[in-house]
Amino acid sequence: MFDNPELIKLVFGRLTLESFPLHEPILVATFIVVALGGIALVGALTYFRLWGYLWREWFTTVDHKRIGIMYMILGIVMLLRGFADAIMIRLQQAMAFNGSEGYLNAHHFDQVFTAHGVIMIFFVAMPLVTGLMNFVVPLQIGARDVSFPFLNNFSFWMTTAGAVLVMMSLFVGEFAKTGWLAYPPLSGIGYSPDPGMDYYIWALQIAGVGTLLSGVNLLATIVKMRAPGMTMMKLPIFTWTALCTNVLIVAAFPVLTAVLALLTLDRYIGTNFFTNDFGGNPMMYVNLIWIWGHPEVYILILPAFGIFSEVTSTFSRKRLFGYTSMVYATVVITILAYLVWLHHFFTMGSGASVNSFFGITTMIISIPTGAKIFNWLFTMYRGRIRFELPMMWTIAFMLTFVIGGMTGVLLAVPPADFVLHNSLFLVAHFHNVIIGGVLFGLFAGIYYWFPKAFGFRLDPFWGKMSFWFWVVGFYFAFMPLYILGLMGVTRRLRTFEDPSLQIWFTIAGFGAFLVAIGILSFLIQIFVSIRNRESLRDLTGDPWDGRTLEWSTASPPPAYNFAFTPVIHDLDSWYDMKKRGYKRPEKGFRAIHMPSNTGSGVILSGLSLVFGFAMIWYIWWLAAVSFVALLAWSIGHTFNYKRDFHISTDEVVASENARTELLATGLK
Amino acid sequence: MSSKSATVSANAEGPVFYLEDEHDHAEGGSTMFGFWIYLMSDCLIFAVLFATYGVLGGNYAAGPAPKDLFDLPLVAINTSMLLFSSITYGFAMLAMAKGRVGATQGWLALTGLFGAAFICIELYEFAHLIHIGATPQRSAFLSSFFTLVGTHGLHVTIGLIWLVTLMVQVARYGLIQANMRRLMCLSMFWHFLDVIWIGVFTFVYLMGVLR
Repeated sequence: MFDNPELIKLVFGRLTLESFPLHEPILVATFIVVALGGIALVGALTYFRLWGYLWREWFTTVDHKRIGIMYMILGIVMLLRGFADAIMIRLQQAMAFNGSEGYLNAHHFDQVFTAHGVIMIFFVAMPLVTGLMNFVVPLQIGARDVSFPFLNNFSFWMTTAGAVLVMMSLFVGEFAKTGWLAYPPLSGIGYSPDPGMDYYIWALQIAGVGTLLSGVNLLATIVKMRAPGMTMMKLPIFTWTALCTNVLIVAAFPVLTAVLALLTLDRYIGTNFFTNDFGGNPMMYVNLIWIWGHPEVYILILPAFGIFSEVTSTFSRKRLFGYTSMVYATVVITILAYLVWLHHFFTMGSGASVNSFFGITTMIISIPTGAKIFNWLFTMYRGRIRFELPMMWTIAFMLTFVIGGMTGVLLAVPPADFVLHNSLFLVAHFHNVIIGGVLFGLFAGIYYWFPKAFGFRLDPFWGKMSFWFWVVGFYFAFMPLYILGLMGVTRRLRTFEDPSLQIWFTIAGFGAFLVAIGILSFLIQIFVSIRNRESLRDLTGDPWDGRTLEWSTASPPPAYNFAFTPVIHDLDSWYDMKKRGYKRPEKGFRAIHMPSNTGSGVILSGLSLVFGFAMIWYIWWLAAVSFVALLAWSIGHTFNYKRDFHISTDEVVASENARTELLATGLK
Repeated sequence: MSSKSATVSANAEGPVFYLEDEHDHAEGGSTMFGFWIYLMSDCLIFAVLFATYGVLGGNYAAGPAPKDLFDLPLVAINTSMLLFSSITYGFAMLAMAKGRVGATQGWLALTGLFGAAFICIELYEFAHLIHIGATPQRSAFLSSFFTLVGTHGLHVTIGLIWLVTLMVQVARYGLIQANMRRLMCLSMFWHFLDVIWIGVFTFVYLMGVLR
């Protein structure tokens, strides 16, 4: 068989032994470490007989809380990969001076910065944001689950399949070398004939299905599943931002799907959408991808704004200042998100009028955003502020984000942008808003809701270590990039001619090292907190004296969330209930109607993964087989009409009585 | 327990903070809404394809233009197939509302036939164009034409697979609540594709021949 190249090509497509990067020592070493870690993990799971438990209780679950937690784990694992890429970039750029080539060749360096961007946005920020929304939103609106529980499970596994494809590219073939948005013609078949670009396309398409469906799901949940009495203007502010984010997801991700599909057609069958000849137009791609890309930024930041609002109000022990204006500011940002995309490429040459329009709409966004900052400040004003970890991240955010926001307004001025675009100033700007805004928000959210999810708090000492190393590291890593950008250094450079620049890159590298300690402290913190969980235990279900419904139930909440559907009378409904003498019901429990678990999500996403892999490597027979299997399993799944069950009264009584006892211990 | 006493909380004097009876969100209560949102997101995919056709549709690259290619009588027949299929689907829904399984199935089958006819005519048109050298690779105009029309055709094909699946399910389980909900969803999907086709017919074919 191995003598027949035609047959091998038929069976393996363009996958050959040369596709495995055995000649790259860095990758081989990484692979050995990953393989050993993987074997150790699989061995441990088998030894402790955990596979059955994981499959039944986690992989096939339709419980929004568990799916949310799985999203968070995915995001944190991928953060480690994305950060490994970041520190490689920093090290390379700090080294490659005075004729030194650094330690990464161009082929490798280009993949590293592309993978860093793709992973951080699609497989770190998105899963973390989606995970928090999944966990928190149904609890905040007093619902038992999301509108479409199976779809939720399926969405999670599709996102994971995308992440797996990106990780596979590390050891089977290579990743794209095009930068995270893969502009054509560079990403076209002529300049990127290798499978790296196809890894990019299929990973994003598969994960995109998950993101879109989870957007539809959460949107329907918020609109349809609110507890009685919860009118739109009594919606907790985090849920409001989640609503707007999901509107943006539903309205933006189809554009990404479509534009990537067009690029796929260009690459696979030779159409001429984004080519330079036969009437194609590469700028069409750039426009379309940013029509998705700009709303994407707000998809990430709006939930972070929601988290900061919840945290500020809870830890200042005050009602959020200007709730109504906060809601309107969020809605205005949602709308404006679609009117600014062209500011990413003022240099396209669309003329003064068009550039002015998009410059001005961009600047207008700073008005609702500024209103939010003032609302948080006024919430803190005369509040009894507790400087717990979530509040510390919030204050770090306010200081950091204002700097990032102001450099954003600078970039929104087209003449200034002509000078600064594609420079490290831009790189510093978007890291400033995404780390200082989204990531700080996610950390605030993780510290805030962790006790709700697991029933114990995170260790404060290691949390503060993580906080200070992250924040200080951030400033060390990115302030030098502003300076370098103003001096005219462009982004994505592998080597440098001018030795006077090296000191700034060294400082930035030092900052990345501090952030590494911050991430390490975070991991130590999780480990220490699990070890000391008894002393960190939250018995009340309401460790922060919270104001919204999720704090009215146990920590961790039972599968059914609420034994009785809550009735809402006021914004900050749990605060209202506590103030007006709410008594927790201790009898009269009933059986509760719940959706059942299903393995279809895992199977469908596994088939999608195989399909994507087959398309990347031109293994046409496998692509056809997996596609037909995908279709067949989807249809077969619809023949299963029994998708629900009842949690029996006894079980509800048992878990509610356990809570009654816990509460009694807490009072002692 | 009567429904009246069920809404009274443990604290009869104060405000009601929870419902004692099971507050059941009916299964599939948000399906129509959720499916509608999905359709709107699908609509955006078509919006992108229309926009791409709008921008690139004039770039013939010295190749054939719409005037040279489009056969309006054929497209008219094709359009009528799709429009008829929408009408017959409407009758299927009326039969479903009256609980008539046989009539529902009959109208669904007719819908499927019209849909299949539409697909066949479209495939014939594509084959003819490719045969005379007007391939998707020939120019940006043809790339965007084939993609826009082809994506619509792909949607109709998926609709047909869905239709057959639902006919099997109706035959096996009857017009139960879940099946009626599914038929409603497919109905929205089918009419949605009709609306998209009106856009394709107008902007691509009619205006293409005028241009």
